[in-house]
Amino acid sequence: MAVKKISKVQPEKFEFSKKNKETADSIIKNYPSGKQQSAVMALLYLAQKQNDNWIPLSAMKYIAKYLDMPYIKVYEVATFYSMYNLTPVGKYFFQVCTTTPCMLRGAYNLVDVCKRKISEEENRLSEDGKTSWLEVECLGACVNAPMLQLNEDYYEDLDTTKLEQIIDKISNDEVPQPGSYRGRLSSEPENTRKTLIGNKNA
Amino acid sequence: MLEDKDRIFQNLYNDFGADLTSAKQRGDWKDTKEICGKGREWIINEIKASELRGRGGAGFPTGLKWSFAPKEVGSRPHYLVINADESEPGTCKDRDILRFEPHKLIEGCLIASYAVNAHKCYIYIRGEYFNEGQKLQTAIDEAYKDGLLGKNSAGTDWELDIYIHYGAGAYICGEETALLESIEGKKGQPRLKPPFPALIGLYGCPTIINNVETISVVPTILRRGGKWFSSLGRPKNTGSKIYCISGNVNNPCNVEEEMGIPLKELIEKHAGGVIGGWDNLKAVIPGGSSMPLLPKETCETIKMDFDACVENKTGLGTAGIVVINKDQDIIKCMARIARFYKHESCGQCTPCREGSGWMWRMLERMAKGEATRDEVDMLLDVTKQIEGHTICAFGEGSSWPVQGLIRNFKDEIIERNKFDPIVKKQKDIPYLVDQHLLEKENA
Repeated sequence: MAVKKISKVQPEKFEFSKKNKETADSIIKNYPSGKQQSAVMALLYLAQKQNDNWIPLSAMKYIAKYLDMPYIKVYEVATFYSMYNLTPVGKYFFQVCTTTPCMLRGAYNLVDVCKRKISEEENRLSEDGKTSWLEVECLGACVNAPMLQLNEDYYEDLDTTKLEQIIDKISNDEVPQPGSYRGRLSSEPENTRKTLIGNKNA
Repeated sequence: MLEDKDRIFQNLYNDFGADLTSAKQRGDWKDTKEICGKGREWIINEIKASELRGRGGAGFPTGLKWSFAPKEVGSRPHYLVINADESEPGTCKDRDILRFEPHKLIEGCLIASYAVNAHKCYIYIRGEYFNEGQKLQTAIDEAYKDGLLGKNSAGTDWELDIYIHYGAGAYICGEETALLESIEGKKGQPRLKPPFPALIGLYGCPTIINNVETISVVPTILRRGGKWFSSLGRPKNTGSKIYCISGNVNNPCNVEEEMGIPLKELIEKHAGGVIGGWDNLKAVIPGGSSMPLLPKETCETIKMDFDACVENKTGLGTAGIVVINKDQDIIKCMARIARFYKHESCGQCTPCREGSGWMWRMLERMAKGEATRDEVDMLLDVTKQIEGHTICAFGEGSSWPVQGLIRNFKDEIIERNKFDPIVKKQKDIPYLVDQHLLEKENA
C-alpha cells in the first residue's frame, strides 16, 4: 500500500467553475438515479484539473455535498487512488514508469536525469517552480519502454538525451510532441514487421 | 503462423485509421442486425462453440460466463462492464485496441449486451489512458451519430448506452469485483465471492464483466463462425491472441498470433531476438508480472497457450511477455516486481498487505547480498502464507513470481546470500522477517 500525504497548506474554499458544474451534472447523469456517488472519481478529476493539478480538502468537502455523500467517503477515495494529488505538484508533472519492463530498458537512467534536471527528490518542485517528478508503477506501454507521462500525454521510447531535451523545452514553456521518440506510430516492431504486410503497403 | 487474412485486428498498427468509415471498410458493423436477429441462444452457443476463453488473464470460457446471466430480466436491470483497466506490467494490448480498433470493441459491446440483456454498458478505463479514453469516446460519439448506439442500436431494436468510467491509478481495480466497487464510487477493494457478479454485481444487479480483447473479438467470431475460431490453436486453447513482447529484445512489439505459437518463435521472429543473442537469454515472464518466470531451457520448447503454460508451472495470463537477458540481475528484477505488488496491495487482507511488503524487503536485501542463508526458505514460506489466504487473486499474483524465482534461481540467491542469521539463538521465532532492523547488540 502506498502512503499519501495531505498538504499542510490548504485553501479555505473551493467551488466548481460554471463550466465544471455543467460537466459534473452531465457526468452524474451517466449513472442510475440515486447512484450519484459513482461520479465521485470523475468529480475529483475535475477538481484536480481546476485547482492546478492537486485536490485540497475543501474540494473533497465540496464534492461530498455536491453528491450528497459523507465527506469521509470522498476522502477515502481520494487517498486510495494514486492519481489524485493531495499536495501541489508542478504545472509540468513528470511520472516516470520504473516497473520491471521499463527498468529492463533503462528507466532508472531517466530517473537520474529527473533528479539532476528537475529536483533531487520526488514530488519536490524544481527551482523555477514549474516542474516536479514522481516514480510510478506500470503505465501500460511496456512495448514502448522506457516511457513517462507528462501531465496527460505519454512520451515513449526515450533515452537520457531525449529526456534532457524534453525537460529543456519544458523549462521554456514549450510542450514537446508526445508519442514515440524513435518515430514509431504504434507498437509495431521496428523495421522487421512480419505481419499485416499487405495493410502496410495498402 | 497465422495468415494475415485470419488476423482479427487488421488495424493493430494503425495502417488505416480508427474512424468509423475506415472501420466499416474493414468489415466492422457489417450485418450486426442479422447477427443479433439470430437470437441470444445462438450467439451464446456460437461463442461456446468457438471455445473463446477470456483474454484478461484468468482464461474463463466466455460463452459459459454469458450463460450465467439470468435468462429473463427481473426487477433489477442487467449491466455489461468492460474491463479496460490494463495495468499488469508487461501488458499493453488493450491500449492498442482502444486507440486503433475502438469500433470492434463498441460493436462487441452491443452484441454482448444483447446476449446478456443489458441496456447499459460501462467501460472502465485506467486513468492514465486518458488519451486512449478520448479516442474511444470519439468513436462512441460517431456510433451514436450513425445510429449504431442508442434507442435502436444498429437497427437491432435493442437500446444500449455506453459510458466510460475512468479509474485513477489502482492496479487492483482490474480485479472484477474491485472494479465494480470503483464504479460505485468507493475505494477499489475486492468483494468476497460468492455471490458472483453475474447474479449480484454492479449496484447489486446481474453484471457480466469482460476484458476489452475478449469483447473485441466477438463480432468477428460471430461473422466467421465459431468453427473458424476453434480451428485455430488447439482444443480448449483456440483462436488468436495479441502477444506483447517487451524487455530485452531487439524489437519490442505487439503482435496478433495463433494460440499455441512457440515462445521462441515469438521472440526470435517477431521481436527480433534477444539482445545479445538467444544464448544471452536468462528468463522469460510469459504472462504479465503475476506469472512465474520460465528458465531458458523451458523457453526453448514451450508453446504459448493456457494449458501448455500451466503444464510448465506458469500461466498465460495476459500474454505480456517480458524477456530478461543475462545482462540483468534477475533478483533485482523480481524485487522490483515485488515492490510493484507492495505498492498496489489494496490493504484489505492482512496476508497480502503485510506479506507483499515483506517479500519486497527480503528480495531487496537478497539482491544486495545482505540476506542470510535461512531467509530463502523463509521467503518461500511467506509466499505460501499469502497464496490462497486472500479474498482475491492478488495474493497469488504477488507470490507466484517470487515462487518462480526461488524455484528456478535458488542457487543464485544462496550464492549471493550465504551468511549466518544475525539472530542465532532464537531462530524459531515465527516470521522474524525484518530481523535486519534489529540492532546487532540486541541479537
